[in-house]
Amino acid sequence: MSRYVCPGCGYAYDEEQGHPREGFPPGTAWSDVPADWVCPDCGVRDKLDFEQDG
Amino acid sequence: MTSAAVDPHDHGDQALEAPTWRDGKRYAWMLGMLVPSFPLAAWALVELTGVGVFWFVGPFIVFAVFPFLDMVIGTDAENPPDSVIAWLEEDRYYRWVTYLYIPLQYTSLVAACWLWSSGDLSTLDSIGLALTTAMVSGIAINTAHELGHKRASMERWLSKIALAQTGYGHFFIEHNRGHHVRVATPDDPASSRLGESFWEFLPRTVKGSFTSAWGLEVKRLKRMDKGPWTIHNDVLNAWAMTVVLFGVLTAIFGWVVLPYLIVQAILGFSLLEVVNYLEHYGLLRGKRDDGRYEITRPEHSWNSNNVASNVLLYHLQRHSDHHANPLRRYQALRHEDGAPQLPTGYAGMIVLATFPPAWRRVMDHRVLGHYGNDVTRANIHPRVRKRILARYGGSDATAGAA
Repeated sequence: MSRYVCPGCGYAYDEEQGHPREGFPPGTAWSDVPADWVCPDCGVRDKLDFEQDG
Repeated sequence: MTSAAVDPHDHGDQALEAPTWRDGKRYAWMLGMLVPSFPLAAWALVELTGVGVFWFVGPFIVFAVFPFLDMVIGTDAENPPDSVIAWLEEDRYYRWVTYLYIPLQYTSLVAACWLWSSGDLSTLDSIGLALTTAMVSGIAINTAHELGHKRASMERWLSKIALAQTGYGHFFIEHNRGHHVRVATPDDPASSRLGESFWEFLPRTVKGSFTSAWGLEVKRLKRMDKGPWTIHNDVLNAWAMTVVLFGVLTAIFGWVVLPYLIVQAILGFSLLEVVNYLEHYGLLRGKRDDGRYEITRPEHSWNSNNVASNVLLYHLQRHSDHHANPLRRYQALRHEDGAPQLPTGYAGMIVLATFPPAWRRVMDHRVLGHYGNDVTRANIHPRVRKRILARYGGSDATAGAA
C-alpha cells in the first residue's frame, strides 16, 4: 500500500484509506484511480502529476 | 515562481511565533462585515431623510463609492514575508471575520423580508431594497468562495450556507473542481474570451457552470454506484437549502416576498459572474508537448492591488496567487510581479464590464500587450475570431507555427 502526494498542496492519496467521498473505497489501488482525476483539495494538479511517497 | 517556495500547509516543523511584521490590513478586514448592514442602512437613511432613493444605497456603495475609494486610496503591493505566512494563516481572527459574515447576511435577509411585507414600501422602494440585498448575497458568494476552498468540513458547510441565498450552491462544486482545473482555457465556462462581451458571457457562464457542476457530481456518484437523484448529490442538497430558505421566508412573510427573493438571487449571482468575467479575460494557457494544458501560472489571471476593493473582497484580486495556491487563506495571498494588472480595482472594472465598447477599449490592448502583440496566444471568442485576427494582424497559420 502506497501514498501518492499532490505536488501543489500536499494532499496525499493513501491506497489503504482510499477516498470514499470521491468514490474510491479503502484499498482502491492508485492504478484504479482514473487518469483525469484531479486533486480534490486544490484542483490545480491532476493524477499524472502526483508523486509516490513511500 | 515565488509562490511555490513555501508550502503554507506544511506547518509541522515551523515554530509559530508571533513575528515582528505587522499586518497593516488586519482590522480593515472587518469592513467586509459592514456589507450585510446595507439593507438596514438603507432603512435608516430613508427613515431619517424621507427620501426613497436611499433604498438603492447598496448598488451605489458598490458601483460608485468603491470605485472612487480605489482611485483615492490607491494600491498596495506589500507581501507578508515568507517566514510569517504559516503564522498568519494560523491566526484564527482572520477566519472568524469571514464566519461572522454569514449570521449577519441572514439577519439582513430576514430584515429585508420584514420590510417587503410591511406594506410601507412602494414597488420601486421594494426593488431598490432587492438591489441592495443583492449586494449582500452577491458578496456572500465571495465569502463562500474563501470558505469553500478550505479542507475543514465545517468551513465547506458554511460555504454552502452562504450560497443558499443566491441559489448558487452548485458554485461550490464547479468552482473548485471545474473552474480551477480548466481556468484560462476555452473549456472553462467561467473564463471570458477576448472579444466576448459581458452580456454574451453571462448566459454562457450561468448555463455552463451549472452543467459542469452537475456533470462532476454525476461522475463522482457513478464511481460510488449511485445515480444522480440522491441527497448525496451536492448540487441537489445545496439547492434544497435554497428551496427550504425561500419556502420558510415565504411561509412567514407571505407571497409578497418571493419575487424580491428571486430578483436579489439573480442579481446576486450576476454580481459573482461579472467578477468572473474580469478575472481571466482573454488569457490562455499554452499546451504542452503531451497535449495537456500547462500548469496555471501567475500570468493566467488579472490582478489588482487596489486597497479598497481588496479589503472588501478578501484579497480576491490577488488572483494569481489564489490560483497557484487555492487553499491559501486570504490574509496570506501575495502580489505577484509577473501577473497582469488591471487598471483599477474590481469595483470599477465591474462597472466598465457592463459597457462592452468601453471595456474593449480599456482591456483589449492590454491583452495584446500581455502577449507581446501576438493575438493568437490569447483566448479568442470563436464567434469574432476572424474579425479579431484581421484587426490585430494574426492568423491561425501563425498560431499553428508558434
